[in-house]
Amino acid sequence: MTAHRRIDASKIGDVTVVRFVDKKILDEASIQELGVELFGLVEQLNRRSILLNFANVEFLSSAALGKLITLDRKVKAAKGRLKMSNIRPEILEVFQITKLNKVFDIRKDEAEAIAAFQ
Amino acid sequence: MGTHAAAGEPAGGSADEWRRDYELPSERGSSRLVMDELLEQLGVHGWPPSDIFGIHLATEEAIVNAIVHGNKFDPAKTVRVACAVSQDRARIEVTDDGAGFDPASVPDCTLEERLEVPSGRGVMLMRSFMAIAYNARGNGVVLEKRRGPLPG
Repeated sequence: MTAHRRIDASKIGDVTVVRFVDKKILDEASIQELGVELFGLVEQLNRRSILLNFANVEFLSSAALGKLITLDRKVKAAKGRLKMSNIRPEILEVFQITKLNKVFDIRKDEAEAIAAFQ
Repeated sequence: MGTHAAAGEPAGGSADEWRRDYELPSERGSSRLVMDELLEQLGVHGWPPSDIFGIHLATEEAIVNAIVHGNKFDPAKTVRVACAVSQDRARIEVTDDGAGFDPASVPDCTLEERLEVPSGRGVMLMRSFMAIAYNARGNGVVLEKRRGPLPG
């Protein structure tokens, strides 16, 4: 298993569940690292069903949104599926403002998201 | 850098306004030099968490834009940030040493064909959470948020 510093990845069935280590995803260097680790799930570890659980995340900047968009594109290109869950209202608002809620598959909680992979 | 006491203002209302000017190096992560104190002062002045979130995000985006797009990480250039926080108003002015830009030239990131472009959302987020006004040259922006009447 690849060592991760910015994410904590575990498997529930076929789904790779990703939790974020940082409460605030805004530091440019951390966001770079986060991108490398997320993309590695698809490109190195060949994960095709990925759930990002945002329960721990209190804040994210537009640079972090950029990484999520790129991840979404990579997963779609690999014919995989990406879902997101447990997003707090302030961050959901950010997704709505930028209309990324139309691009991302956003579910209320982890259980609902896992069920949606079946 | 220094803290300017708002001397001579009448008691009550915005008499307790906190002001501070910062000069930041054009490096990744230097917004932290402002943010810890700004967030603390917003809390001290009774701003609710949802407003603090928006002010945090807008200010972060403005500073990152100044460092990355304005000064292009040039170590000879700095970013000036002037903060003023009271109970009913938060005002943050961010100015860089860059050539400036035309904010109207930033494409709308919510257009169907641009939804999956991974950059270009900073200005829209700033505008969504605060009132913003660029200077004529486009190297400085004022972010402002006013709070409605306080309960009670």
